[in-house]
Amino acid sequence: MAAAAEPASQQPSDGKAWHDVVLQTLKRNDIRLVPYVPDRVLTTLIKNIHADPFFTTFPTAREEEAVGIVSGAWMGGMRGAMLMQTSGFATLANVLASLAIPYQIPLIMFVSERGTLGEFNYGQSLVCRTMRPVLDSLAMEHHTATRLDEFEFIVDRSIKQAITTQAPVALILSPLLTGGKVFEK
Amino acid sequence: MSPATDFPALNTPARNTKVMNRFDLTSRLVAKLRNEEAVIGGIGNTNFDLWAAGHRPQNFYMLGSMGMAFPIALGVAMAQPKRRVFALEGDGSLLMQLGCLSTIAMLKPKNLCMIVMDNGLYQITGGQPTPAAAVSDIVAIAIGSGLSESAWAADEEDFERLVEQSLSASGPTLIGVRIDDKPGVGATRRDPVQIRERFMLGLGVREAL
Repeated sequence: MAAAAEPASQQPSDGKAWHDVVLQTLKRNDIRLVPYVPDRVLTTLIKNIHADPFFTTFPTAREEEAVGIVSGAWMGGMRGAMLMQTSGFATLANVLASLAIPYQIPLIMFVSERGTLGEFNYGQSLVCRTMRPVLDSLAMEHHTATRLDEFEFIVDRSIKQAITTQAPVALILSPLLTGGKVFEK
Repeated sequence: MSPATDFPALNTPARNTKVMNRFDLTSRLVAKLRNEEAVIGGIGNTNFDLWAAGHRPQNFYMLGSMGMAFPIALGVAMAQPKRRVFALEGDGSLLMQLGCLSTIAMLKPKNLCMIVMDNGLYQITGGQPTPAAAVSDIVAIAIGSGLSESAWAADEEDFERLVEQSLSASGPTLIGVRIDDKPGVGATRRDPVQIRERFMLGLGVREAL
């Protein structure tokens, strides 16, 4: 199993891959704290964020924990964003409904989308179906990024909107953007 | 007799820790705070007693999100490394999020003190025992997670001594206290936006209008 290459349409013309866009846009918006629970698709992004001294980045044991950390840091004056995969998002309904949303915390979430467009694990494909209904039932802002040419706009505008409106946002990274994760014999 | 019974249960009076009271201990903690230290109260009784001990602008009260007191406190501690941050959590709440102890041990914040109020009960839901109540030792779990500066407070005086140590510690500390089954003394006003905004004002992140 491996992270697949980005589809041909998503090959960067200016040398910027989707993960470069995430890193640079976080930086431009002064988002320094990046806790994560890893995903294969996020490997390069996580490695590059670790390598950049601008960021404070580390793994957490659960996604919920990362929500608590980013919330506390924001109240203390430090901006953060968290990285996870679809199944991790599925563990967050309670903490979103009882902390991030009612306390008006601009929680910025990047979710690597598993469970669709070539999924090989039935459980992943089932849990993926819960993600957008949960986001919609909480009336949360969310976007699914599928194209590199739109990606910087979506990420930058979503971060700015989350901060100015003090509302969480989920940015779902589609396999159309990232290549996803595929089964290899 | 099976060999296992030769070992005393961990969470028994044999552990030589006095059963104390949450409100009394919270009041003792608050009385020692002189430098606008932040205090995060977990769900239910830990934040009710924090409120009852006298509201401070640097207090944060959680509503729901069980188990998040230590992660929230870690975030505050990372954002404001010059400010001491205390977190009050119940034993049942901590059981929901034991992994955060490893995260905190890995990051080693110099300014974070965690206090676990352990009565072995889900007190607020009717006093049902937690699965850990008769078999697990929260301080041993913390030490095993890498938080070497973790200790049970033997009595109120010992608690105050451990708080004093935590105020000048150079790494994260955890204080376990055995408490009775008394409910919280007050009740926080459940207004999340007011709680957050007041806290951010208290931390100097927001300016008063």
